[in-house]
Amino acid sequence: MSEVPSLPMPMPMPAPDACSRPYWDGANQDVFRFQRCRACGRAQFYPRSLCAHCQGADLGWETAAGPGRVASFSVIHRAPLPAFASAVPYVLALIDLDEGVRFMCNVLNCDPATVRIGMRVRLCFQARPGSTQKVPQVEPAES
Amino acid sequence: MGKKAIISGVHDTAVGALPESTCMSLHVEAALGALVDAGLKLSDIDGLLTAYSFTSPQLMLGGVFGEYVGLHPKVNASISMGGVTAGLMVHHAASLVKAGICRHVLCVTGDNRLTGMGERVQAALADVGHPQYEQPYGMSVPAAFAMAAQVYFHEGWLNGEHLAAVAVNQRVNAALHPQSHLKKPITMDDVRKSKVIASPLRMLDCCLVSDGGAAVVVSAAQTARDLPRRAVELLGIGEGHTHEHIFAAPSLVDFGCKESAATALAQAGLAHADIDSAHVYDCFTSTLLITLESMGFYGRGEAGPAALAGEFAIGGRFPVNTNGGLLSYGSSGAAGGMFHVVEAVRQLRGECAQRQVKDAEVALAHTLGGIFSGHCSIVMGRL
Ligand SMILES: [Zn+2]
Repeated sequence: MSEVPSLPMPMPMPAPDACSRPYWDGANQDVFRFQRCRACGRAQFYPRSLCAHCQGADLGWETAAGPGRVASFSVIHRAPLPAFASAVPYVLALIDLDEGVRFMCNVLNCDPATVRIGMRVRLCFQARPGSTQKVPQVEPAES
Repeated sequence: MGKKAIISGVHDTAVGALPESTCMSLHVEAALGALVDAGLKLSDIDGLLTAYSFTSPQLMLGGVFGEYVGLHPKVNASISMGGVTAGLMVHHAASLVKAGICRHVLCVTGDNRLTGMGERVQAALADVGHPQYEQPYGMSVPAAFAMAAQVYFHEGWLNGEHLAAVAVNQRVNAALHPQSHLKKPITMDDVRKSKVIASPLRMLDCCLVSDGGAAVVVSAAQTARDLPRRAVELLGIGEGHTHEHIFAAPSLVDFGCKESAATALAQAGLAHADIDSAHVYDCFTSTLLITLESMGFYGRGEAGPAALAGEFAIGGRFPVNTNGGLLSYGSSGAAGGMFHVVEAVRQLRGECAQRQVKDAEVALAHTLGGIFSGHCSIVMGRL
């Protein structure tokens, strides 16, 4: 039996659709775009074809300034997929951006043991090997 | 209204590693067992509700099962809502018999999750989470549930000792059940020193993966006098659905269980204090404690200390998960929640032997799907 050469397992990457393309294109330009409803004024994550609060269809795009805080987090020691096995321990977090939207990402560029709820963070954009798509991430605000 | 729904029969199969089992064999065993328990023939069943299978995914599981056993029901549906599914099946079955559409609805679940997944485990795990907004970040199910636990830890409402007390109590209970998956005693220290999976959750805070199946028959109450067993009445059923993905949860502290429990209790005309035994979805130790607080059985920060004080023990003030739950009895996909329903019924019938809660007259079964996403609370009582 000949050995199958082991290829590095790629991390799952998003497949942007018509609705989310501005968001993912934004990430490639190092901006975090989110929608705000012109009828009720609510900001929402993730991009949708309607406002999930009032069902209005008149949505505008805005750009987050960058700062936010950790709403909650977990340090993952057992990866769900082989692609993340070499990354453990890594931080999965829910981030509240100052504009009022919550999203999930990793907290990069810090010791996972230092992450706390309420910790101030700022957006950064991570390039992934083998992909032209960057993903929104955060890092500690003071680094 | 005015019509009542009862649970006329229940059955759970062996659980654990059952290498000869298949999704269909577990369905058949659970279903036939529940029919025998109810004193019914297959031809008495006019409604069939099934869930879903990971090991043998089907476009129409209800059609496949009906064909296999030779059942031609008047109503047939398969519900796929993760861990909350078993509760939803009972809810829909109750609606069907109360509306006079069916007399006897068979709700059957089962999957050989432990031995039947093979290489598909990875594919199934990869499907969890939003493909664009969660999967790229390496989200795991324990980590998603840990988001709520972490808030409770941060606020000082929960700690590792509290979680460990839940795991230890449920293992003690599982040891009293003749067919539970894990009976080996564990200590607080075992839990506290088990490997961290996703902080603050450790290996022994996580539920099992088991092969197994369970079924219940929901019947119109007017059939009860013909049945061999003491019937259990479905007094109130409520659901609560707030989100799918944890980042979209309106709160990390309270969830849809608050509404589902309030609805079920109000329908039953009962209060929290009337529940004699609780059978609450426990995919993680923290899930149980958070759900109990959010449902209002305990005040904020009180469920953990209650677990530590032994209140959840079979002889305690508020017996919880007397069969050992998903943590120690078994967890087999949608059957995990159905095990809770079956145990609740057995408590009310007084069939639990060493696990019997004294004078159990009203029980709660609660199932949960997604990441605290969908909830179903069922209040039942002796007829
Ligand atoms: Zn709106």
